[in-house]
Amino acid sequence: MSAGHPEAAAAFLNDSERAAWHDQALWFVRQRRDRATDLPEWEALRDRAAELKAYAMANLAGLLEAFETRATASGVTVHWARDAKEHNRIVFDLLRQRSATRVAKSKSMLTEECQLNPYLAARGIEVVDTDLGERIVQLAGEAPSHIVLPAIHWKKEEVGTLFHTHFGTPADESSPDALAAAAREHLREVLLHADAAITGANAMVAGTGGVVICTNEGNADLGMHSAPIHIVSVGIEKIVATLDDLGVLLRVLARSATGQPITAYTTHITAPRPGAEMHVVLVDNGRSARLADPEFRSALHCIRCGACLNTCPVYRRSGGHSYQYSIAGPIGAILAPAVDLDAHRALPFASTLCGSCKDVCPVRIDIPVQLLAWRGRIASANALPKGYAAIFARLGGIVADRTRFESAGRWARRALRFLPPALLAGRWNPWTRAGRELPLAPAQSFREWARREGRVE
Amino acid sequence: MRVALAVPCYVDQLRPEAARATLVLLERLGCKVSLAFDAPCCGQPMNNAGAVADARAAATNWAASAGVFDVVVMPSGSCTHHVRHHLPGLVDNDRGNHAAQVTFELCEFITGPLGMAHLPGRFPHRVAMHLGCHAQRGLRLGGSSELHQPVSGPMHSLLCGLEGLTLVPLDRVDECCGFGGSFAVGEPELSVAMGRSRLADYTSHQAEVLVSSDPSCLLHLEGVARSPLVLSAAKDLRTMHIAELLEEATR
Repeated sequence: MSAGHPEAAAAFLNDSERAAWHDQALWFVRQRRDRATDLPEWEALRDRAAELKAYAMANLAGLLEAFETRATASGVTVHWARDAKEHNRIVFDLLRQRSATRVAKSKSMLTEECQLNPYLAARGIEVVDTDLGERIVQLAGEAPSHIVLPAIHWKKEEVGTLFHTHFGTPADESSPDALAAAAREHLREVLLHADAAITGANAMVAGTGGVVICTNEGNADLGMHSAPIHIVSVGIEKIVATLDDLGVLLRVLARSATGQPITAYTTHITAPRPGAEMHVVLVDNGRSARLADPEFRSALHCIRCGACLNTCPVYRRSGGHSYQYSIAGPIGAILAPAVDLDAHRALPFASTLCGSCKDVCPVRIDIPVQLLAWRGRIASANALPKGYAAIFARLGGIVADRTRFESAGRWARRALRFLPPALLAGRWNPWTRAGRELPLAPAQSFREWARREGRVE
Repeated sequence: MRVALAVPCYVDQLRPEAARATLVLLERLGCKVSLAFDAPCCGQPMNNAGAVADARAAATNWAASAGVFDVVVMPSGSCTHHVRHHLPGLVDNDRGNHAAQVTFELCEFITGPLGMAHLPGRFPHRVAMHLGCHAQRGLRLGGSSELHQPVSGPMHSLLCGLEGLTLVPLDRVDECCGFGGSFAVGEPELSVAMGRSRLADYTSHQAEVLVSSDPSCLLHLEGVARSPLVLSAAKDLRTMHIAELLEEATR
């Protein structure tokens, strides 16, 4: 896995036409975000959203217990899972005890993080993802490439071919309306006959004991209102204190995610349906450890809107799968190393630190600062991606000393001026290997010139 | 005004014209410029790559050089950003804070401490402006599209004040060029792809000149433009550091 991002990105870019299409598709979403967030109060909303998340993280234990008390009083069963394994076990036990074998699941990045689908599949339980984009990647045997737009890397013609195989739509059908209609027919069957519904959650409200789920397709609602049991898988950081706080989050969420003022369906459930069961599984999976680390704590503020992915010039040109983690893009690059530093050590380097992610983040996570901090930790752990340690440690020894710097500079410029380009621009040279010429080196440095002019000793 | 010119390490070696133009321009604007600033590098390349100890050595050296000056001017937004935002944390003594307070990027120095929003000059060309990301979103030396702000800032103001200059509109006014320090060599394919996208934006709007206050962005974009793999229109693009452009325009 740690072979990592550069190789995967290079492979993605190999199909330059497709890479350009992917870049433009996401840029379009970024532009929709720009229009939807062009409100006089936008920056104040971001301040408020950042504050309410910071408050929730500072009071996490108390708020979660308040949520549990209220939810339990309304007939919801609350479970606590220390990690992914415990989460999967809890969900499996609930399903097994009810002999549930067909599960309709709406979008949940947490279940991706916990790898719930393969876990249940290995135990004889069929999980169908009911979000259209997630269903596409599931049929194709892929992981989502984006936290909000799981199949953004799929062209409609390719979806047509996939649906032809699975749903028998005409071979050359690529009209989004026709394909969506075919998916709807298929998914209705799944949703109406499922033994259980699993959903994620966009927020939990401590003040109501309720769970809030946002979708544009209504698939979460159909699932939870049809099946005899509804299981909500949610990370503990999704808690907010009050309904007022929820209002702020909902205002910034859809605008940042898809450029909509609000999602088509926003459901706030506080109790199970009469005659049905509702379970909420609260998952830690490393979140408490992150909370204890001030340098990376604010990463827990993330509301999974995907705005940082859409704006990131690296994500747009390398695709979600290049990150090789359930959450791609800038936010994934600061979350993944906390899960497994060695496996994901390439990710904090998959950024130019341009800062665009920080400026679109609706909860003001300073992602570049955390990327840089991860780089420092990775270097301290002697886990720098190949090349970095060699290049930059040597450079450090040179540029800290004027004599060494001038002598190295002189030799480097001579090499650039007089050695045959073929020798300098081999496959080994990352500066030139992708199509970038070496600089035209001047005969004298600025300092040499200044010395000659008598401007400096 | 007495100022020290701090020339970034790679500018000293690879783009001395930018440093010379900065010197000539500052003197033309009435500054008394010292070239006695001795430290070669502020430590950014190492810090950027996670090599914090190496960065600290260079940064401590840099802050020591800055210690004897009241104003230090750098023809680089990215290096200025590193000095202002990272030296106080990297350097153990108070010189890190001093360096952060007295160091200015060239354009912000001209429009700020020197108090000249425009310079009298003429540059009758179609110009594409590239503000480096650290100057823009780090030092806030320009508006950001993410924040719904118009293209603006010291470099923009200085360019707009020149007679005959046309700033070309761009499809993506503030997208990163893909240099990113260690990123350029750590993710070369992405870095070059990003550079090509920027060049295509400039040339599709018939820019004759590409100007930036960050020589590192130019070093990268120029390298991409000169590659045989790139569209020919980019080959005619003249890349200039803002000091070179302003020096030529105010002769």
